[in-house]
Amino acid sequence: MSMRKVFVAAVPAVLIALTAPVPAQQSPNLGKPISQEDLASWDISIGPDGAGLPPGSGTVQQGEAVFAAKCQACHGEKGAGQPNDRLVGGQGSLPGDKPAIKTVGSYWPYATTLFDYIRRAMPLNESKSLTNDEVYAVVAYLLNLNGIIPVSETMNAESLPKVMMPNREGFVTFTRGK
Amino acid sequence: MKETSRSETERVAGNGLLHRRMFLTGSAAAIGAGTIVDQAGAAPLAVEPWMRIPGAPFNAYGQPSKYEEKVARTWASAPGTGGTGSARTPHHLLNGMITPSGLHFERSHSGVPDIDPDKHRLLIHGLVKRPLVFTLDDLGRYPMQSRIAFVECAGNSGALFAKQPANANVQAIHGLLSCSEWTGIKLSVLLEEAGIDPAAKWVLAEGADAAGMSRSFPIEKALDDAMVCLYQNGERVRPSNGYPLRLLLPGFEGNMNVKWLRRIKLTAGPTMTKDETSKYTILLPSGKALQFVFPLEGKSIITHPSPGLTVRGPGFYEISGLAWSGYGKIAKVEVSADGGKSWGLAALQEPVLSKAVTRFRMAWQWDGGPAVLQSRATDETGYVQPSRAQLVALRGDRGNYHNNMIQSWAVAASGEVKNVYA
Ligand code: HEC
Repeated sequence: MSMRKVFVAAVPAVLIALTAPVPAQQSPNLGKPISQEDLASWDISIGPDGAGLPPGSGTVQQGEAVFAAKCQACHGEKGAGQPNDRLVGGQGSLPGDKPAIKTVGSYWPYATTLFDYIRRAMPLNESKSLTNDEVYAVVAYLLNLNGIIPVSETMNAESLPKVMMPNREGFVTFTRGK
Repeated sequence: MKETSRSETERVAGNGLLHRRMFLTGSAAAIGAGTIVDQAGAAPLAVEPWMRIPGAPFNAYGQPSKYEEKVARTWASAPGTGGTGSARTPHHLLNGMITPSGLHFERSHSGVPDIDPDKHRLLIHGLVKRPLVFTLDDLGRYPMQSRIAFVECAGNSGALFAKQPANANVQAIHGLLSCSEWTGIKLSVLLEEAGIDPAAKWVLAEGADAAGMSRSFPIEKALDDAMVCLYQNGERVRPSNGYPLRLLLPGFEGNMNVKWLRRIKLTAGPTMTKDETSKYTILLPSGKALQFVFPLEGKSIITHPSPGLTVRGPGFYEISGLAWSGYGKIAKVEVSADGGKSWGLAALQEPVLSKAVTRFRMAWQWDGGPAVLQSRATDETGYVQPSRAQLVALRGDRGNYHNNMIQSWAVAASGEVKNVYA
């Protein structure tokens, strides 16, 4: 009987320790505060509203040169693909049951994602090496190749979030059982 | 005794499926009762050299037996790249519920970074009262917890969407699933320390790899069971699985369990990263795509027998496999040996844990004729794993991701096992 009592008393203590959120004042608090300025080099994500877009700008023409020098070897001439992902075309291929061609132009809902992704991950073997101007430029070039912006348009922190991607309304938030 | 023996070998479904009581009672004698067949006697026993001379000395880090070299991952990379792609777990050669760390599947977007742990930092910022930076030494001093959880790539089993069944084995089709014991710190503890702004509704997680892999998830998950993990199966997380720090979002698609975790940013809405728009969304026949499909659904696969594991003549076999659900525990697994015409209840190997794989076992007396083996999981929410026809009717066959349809393995009279649609 005494054994049983000990056991019953011990179980809740363990459960509490493992599941209850530790109140902040009891927390170890070992993190060091950092200023916005000192963390800026890591804060590279761009929201769909353009939050986080840096200063700078680029034109379609400038982007064509960046693409030829730094992207074409893997993504093909004018982004046609091969050996790696195709970046252009496919509009109209999403409905039905034939294989869909999902590209920046046919599938991506936000142009801001293009800036975010290219700056962090491309060119594959030298990621984070492009200047902000180069990223804006190559983004402008890819949008133009997809017929989304005219050749005269410049991409910057103001214009990029305003670009309406053809598939902006193409996504439905999943709900289980629906 | 005789009474029991007969019921132990009771057939519960077509084509030789036996009652799971055999496993629950653990009575090996019972198996023999109805099934002893004429067998040639065993050869005389030899006293082998290793029984006579001392074995190898100690070594620093143990390796599998040299006879087990074929127990290995297989992989494919994007053209021209070494480490943009995935490596798969050989489930047909494993048993139990834990995947050995060196065989845990891997999906990497720009190789495995060589991270110096002394230079690694975790930044928590965005909609918080004060942004914080943690070193690994700091994190190592926090109260830790352990849990066993599966990680499954959302693209796992995508091969079953192909119009014709691929000539492929369980590793090639279902190898982007693994299960480990993970040890680390509740993410909520670190967020509370930074002070959560009430406007924060989503969390962005980002890796320190060259791809800067990043995903958003709702803050509810961060406050529920999210962990930042330092240890996997008792040792530091392996480089290919995120050394020195990995996010674990139990039950959520593998890509969200960000490896090499360097940054957590609280935001008002989803960031709409490349891997939550261009990828990991499910394109439907309507042309619309499902987005933010986070937990993996109830699912099971038979690992034994499966392609490559030829069944050697009529007699007793254990059918076994894995079942899991991102929504909780597995409630039951049914097995069929006649392509879904009849089903028997499999024994569930303890422990049965939420958001972990559960090993199931079914006794099978193969009569040597053609058979089609299937397994069907039901999770604790009552969700039942769909057939191929049901899933394709719901979502078409171009969805790529979250394929949890029932797998069919055909066993031919020759004993050869093949992937089929049934
Ligand atoms: C060495 C080859 C290589 C180079 C050079 C390269 N890329 Fe890529 N790119 C890839 C690979 C491989 C992927 C797929 C990455 C993955 O699977 O995570 C990719 C993916 C992309 C995607 C995402 C495609 C999609 O639809 O999801 C975009 C956009 C992109 N690259 C743009 C660029 C741009 C712009 C440049 C030049 C600045 C560039 N890439 C240079 C290999 C390359």
